[in-house]
Formats: sequence, C-alpha cells, structure tokens
Amino acid sequence: MNTPAPDTHFAPRHILGIEGLSSGEITCLLDAADGFVALNRSRQKKSDSLQGLTLINLFFEDSTRTRTSFELAGKRLGADVINMSVATSSIHKGESLIDTAMTLNAMHPDVLVVRHPHSGAVQLLSQKVTCAVINGGDGSHEHPTQALLDALTIRRRKGTIGGLVVTICGDIAHSRVARSNIHLLNTMGARVRLVGPPTLIPPMIERMGVEVFHDMKKGLEGADIVMMLRLQLERMHGTFVPSLRENFHFYGLDADKLAAAKPDALVMHPGPINRGVEIDTSVADDIDRSVITEQVEMGVAVRMACLEAVTGTAATTPAAKPKRKKKARS
Amino acid sequence: MNGTERIAFINARLVDPESGTDAPGALMVEDGRIADLGPRLLADGMPEGVKTVDCRGDVLAPGLVDMRVTVHETSETHKETLQSAAQAAVAGGITTIAVIPGLNQVIDSPAQVEFLIARGHETGLIDVYPYGAITRGAEGEALTEMGLLAEAGAVGFTDGPRALADADTMRRALSYGTRFGLPIIQHPEEPSLAAGGQMNEGEISTRLGLKGIPAAAEVIMIERDLRLLELTGGRYHVAHVSTAAAIEVIRAAKARGLPVTCDTAPPYFGLNETAIGEYRTFAKLSPPLRAESDREAVVEGLRDGTIDAIASDHLPQDPDSKRLPFAQAEPGAIGLETLLPLVLELVHGGALGLGEALAKVTSAPARLLGVDAGRLVKGAPAHLVLIEVETPWKIKEDQLVSKSKNTLFDGRPVQGRCRATVFAGRTVFEAAH
Repeated sequence: MNTPAPDTHFAPRHILGIEGLSSGEITCLLDAADGFVALNRSRQKKSDSLQGLTLINLFFEDSTRTRTSFELAGKRLGADVINMSVATSSIHKGESLIDTAMTLNAMHPDVLVVRHPHSGAVQLLSQKVTCAVINGGDGSHEHPTQALLDALTIRRRKGTIGGLVVTICGDIAHSRVARSNIHLLNTMGARVRLVGPPTLIPPMIERMGVEVFHDMKKGLEGADIVMMLRLQLERMHGTFVPSLRENFHFYGLDADKLAAAKPDALVMHPGPINRGVEIDTSVADDIDRSVITEQVEMGVAVRMACLEAVTGTAATTPAAKPKRKKKARS
Repeated sequence: MNGTERIAFINARLVDPESGTDAPGALMVEDGRIADLGPRLLADGMPEGVKTVDCRGDVLAPGLVDMRVTVHETSETHKETLQSAAQAAVAGGITTIAVIPGLNQVIDSPAQVEFLIARGHETGLIDVYPYGAITRGAEGEALTEMGLLAEAGAVGFTDGPRALADADTMRRALSYGTRFGLPIIQHPEEPSLAAGGQMNEGEISTRLGLKGIPAAAEVIMIERDLRLLELTGGRYHVAHVSTAAAIEVIRAAKARGLPVTCDTAPPYFGLNETAIGEYRTFAKLSPPLRAESDREAVVEGLRDGTIDAIASDHLPQDPDSKRLPFAQAEPGAIGLETLLPLVLELVHGGALGLGEALAKVTSAPARLLGVDAGRLVKGAPAHLVLIEVETPWKIKEDQLVSKSKNTLFDGRPVQGRCRATVFAGRTVFEAAH
C-alpha cells in the first residue's frame, strides 16, 4: 500500500475530481510531477510537449495562485495560454454556463481549466465540450490539483503517504480542498482526521472514511501532517463561528496546539492564509515545520503533469477514447 | 353532444375504489353520465342504438384525480399551458386536476379562479379546479379573500411551492378558512432550515458539496401546524410528505382525531436521493428526494392509510431551467403521464391492492377536494379510465405529450398503462395499437 504500482498508461480525458481515481493513477501523476520539479528549478524551464496546443483558464471565481499556477504550467510546457475571468466574460450579460462552454469550445482549445462557485458545474461543462477539462475547483465539491500538490509535497518530505496520520482543520463544510484530500489520502492509505467546530463539519462525513474531532489538540495528537483551511466566509450565510477570535482560540494553529502533533509534523495550508484567524504567524513562518510555500512550488509541477496527462489522450483520439473515469456519466 | 347518446362498456373489470367493487361487468353511459353499472348489466342482451366498447377484460375505473398540478397558464406558457397539461393528463388517465399557483403565478383573486376554470372548460378534456392562495401574492403575510375565492370555485388554499412560515398567519388562515370547509394546504418546510438547500441533507449532499435540507425541516413545520390546528379546528392538508418523521407525526395526529390529511407523489415512493447521482438536475425536487428509509416510510404510510392520496406533483420545467449547475437549476419534475404506472408499481410490488392504490388517485383526492369525480356510481360524471394493468412498457421522455420533458423516470420499465380515457362519456385519449 505504501508504494502503489503506478499506472503508466494513465491518460484521462478529463480530471474532474480525485474520487474514482485509483492509487496507481494518482501515483502516476505524482511521479510525472516529481520530474517537473527539477525542471522548474533549473534555469531553462521550458519543455515543448504542449507546443501548438491552447490552454484556456476559465475562472468564474477569483483565484490568484491556482490560475497563475496553471498559466505557468501551460507556458512551461509550450502551450498558448489564455486567461478568462468572470469579470470580463459574457456571464454578466446573461450567457449560461453551457453557452459559454460551447462558445469557447468552438475556438478549439485543447484544455479548459475551469473554476466555478457551484458544485458540479465543471462536470456539467465537461459534458458539452470536445476538449479536455481540468477542474480548478467547483463549489464545495472537489479541487483535485490541490490534493495532488498536497500529496506531492507530503510524499517528497515523508517519502510516502500510506500510513501517515493527516489532520485537516477548519472549515471542512465549505471546503473542496478537504473533500479532494479526503479521497486522495484515503486512496493512498493515510489515516484522515478532521478538526473543526460542529457547525463547519458537514453531516455524515464520517461515511467518507474520516475521524471527526471537535477538540483540536485531541485531533492533532500524533499527527504527521496538519492541514489548515481558511474560513470561507464568502460561502457562509448566517453564523457558523461567533467571531474570528473565538475561532482562533479553539481552532487556530499556534505553537501550543501544534505541540500535540508529532515533533516532525508538517504544517500545510492551501492558501490564502489568514494570519491570526486560523494560523499563527510564528507557525506559518516556521521554516522547520511549515511547507506552505513548497506547496505552491509543487502546484506548478502537478499541474504540468495533469496537463500532459489530459492532452496525451486528446492528442491520440479525442472523442473516441473511452472515458476512464466513472464520473463521466451524465 | 347529440341528444341521448348511449355507450356501453362491456367485458370490463369494474373497479370502484370507493365502494371496494372489483368485479367483471358492464357500465352504461348516457349523456355524459354513468347511467348504470354492474355485473348483471346487459347480461340479457344489448338494447338498440347503443354504441359498445369492448374492454376485453381490462380494468374500467374512475378517471384519475390529480390534486397537485402546476401549470404555467398565464406566465411561462412555453413550459406548459392548461391545454397541453390537459392532453398530458388524459394520456395518463387523469380526468380531473387541481392546479396550484406556481412561483410566478399566484391565484389570489376570484377573477383568476374564474379564468382558470374557464380555460379548463375550453380544453374539453378534463375538469380543472384551481386552488386559491392563502396569502396575497403568496407572500405569507396578508390573507387573501378566502371566502370570495371559495365562492368563485377554489377547492382549497395553498401558497403553492412556498411554505406559510408565519405561525400567526397560519393560525388565522386555519381559523378563518374553517368557515368555508376547504383545506389549508401546506408546503411542509421550515424555510430558515431549508434556505439555500439543494437536496436532502446527508452523506450524499456532503460528498457532492451541496447544501442540504434536513429532513427535520419538514416535520418541524408540520408539528407546529398541528399545534395550531388543535387551537383552531378547520382542515389541514400536508402536500407531498417525504420523510419518515413527518409521516409518524401525522399518523399520531390522525389517531388523536385531528382533522389532518396528506398526500405524497411518486418520486417519494419510487426513488430516493441516490437518483441525483452526480448532479442530475432532473432529480432536483422540492421537497428533495430523501433517504431510502424515508422512501420505505412513505410506502408504509400509503399502506396503512396515513397518507390519503397520491398526486403527480407535475411541475414542468424547460431545458434552460434544468441545464444548469445543480444549485442554479429549478426544482420540479413532470408527472401527469407517469402517475398511473408508478401507482401501479405499488400494486405489482405488493404494497397495495389494486383498489387501494387506485383510491389514492381517485376517490380519496376527490373527497379531499369535494369534487364530483373519482367514483363509479349511477349519476356520476362518466370520467373513466381503461387500464391494461399487466402491460409492460418503458417510460421514454421523447414519447411524452407534456410540453416540458423533465421527467425523472426516463427509461424506467413499468407495468400497466392507460389504454383509453373517457371524459364526460367521450373518449378523449386512446393508446396507440
């Protein structure tokens, strides 16, 4: 279980989520990404595997790191990259998601990276286009490339994912990062714990194979990895936590709470971080523990691997290729 | 049409849910009404000048009464009109519908009641009975002119897809409405608990990252209303119950003798929340599809009589309202043409006898609404349905008559279909071959 055999033929049509991917498929993507880390650190960062191909970043929701990361990934592989964000698109003129998708599709892009505020929207869009689609985050559902970059960060630091205790803390209810990570970590054999106030733990999430804690120190006991999530205030209607300071008091990661985890436990955060809300500055900036900036670095490598994986399929026989993922059902 | 037309339905299996009749026999129609019926009728030969219809042993039952149909007669007519709904209805063996004010169409004045009744007559296919709104604009605040709406022909009061949330307004509606003997029909959902909710709350909503509506939102509203009903008397009807807890509470209230009735719809006994699969918006309903344990409780509620009636809960939506991210899609599914076969599933599955099942879509809703339909008795209007109970077929959305095709039963194999529908003695629908 620790080192699953990579699936060397993993060439999905789309990457819409982690759910449904096998450990071999995940390992295949991580192995490929690992190779790009060295390239990204060298002076000559360019490859030409996506030469002549077009990547459109279609973002219906604000994003800095994910969009930039995909843009860099595409450019380093030699693709032409176009960024479209909701503020400048026709969505404000009343165009439906599907019409936007069909319009862009008519311009023959090879990959669409889509972020959307509604769960399931990226999958819906993927059913209407002939190019490959990578989910850049849909509502509170999935954010597969974030989970993959987290996994790559963990694997490079710890050598393996299987058997580790990973504690995810904070706003689980509204987090697509949490859901993708739960799928990935469970598939790779890690033990997943969730920590948060009851109002931010969605109902019956235990059924996804996690242990839930409301006492942060208990949840952190013996943890190898601590993943912090930010409060997604923009998705909250009504009071989920009474105040930011109360949230920090009980669920903010500081040195005291972190002491409950293993001495070599790593601190992760998908960003953007809110210092003093879910994470203390001293912890976020602790170079021995925090791998937050390393996650950003791994993000570019993982996205390069994902772009190659989906265009590999698209390059051979675009539409005829059988859908490998269970998710493709309409 | 022309003088005294007489039609004899012979070789029929007469099923009258109200009297419990289920026997071979014949039925005579004269001037659009049932003139006579029974096992011995016409046993001594056929009189002169009578048209005969050979039922070939199929079930002859009262035309179905569907107590919850949304039409978009004056607003979104591209989704459905009364005329297109009537055609869909008769294709499904339905001859009487009660129409609810949709979200964009509120029936809160007597003129609107009269208009819908008149439009119903124009269809010439079915009887149409409108509900009046409980509150003006269905906004949940000021009561409508309930008395004038009743005199104009409203058969009950409901704010349609909106729950009447304000307790004091509900109390006064029940209290004032008592005077007219019509039911106050509640959409059972505590709005603050359901706000922003997209589907049933549980493991699946958590996995899909969709905001859930807890099952408790339904029973909380019903329990509150039942307390009010104890204060006021009157008639209280719960539309489309979908949860085990709600059914339990209604069962107990009935045992205490409270004047409460309820209905459900085929999605709530024929499907559960797993039908949503991966964001299938056709399976987005209000109330949402529930857990399997709730579905089982609905079947049990139908079996033991806690649930009085089954309505189609027909709510047409066009593709533009459904081909959207789940959270943005409109709720609702059509149901007129699939009501009968899905009710018959309960019979073939052994949950209900044929008469019991048909009672839920004929005599029971007719009695609830106080309309002259749903019975096979001398003098009643000859609204009839001829049913091939055993015939297997598959529901196909492209074969549906309804203007909108948003069925969530597409591809479902069913058994039993409407062979012909008779309205006031006239055959208004005949199945192909």
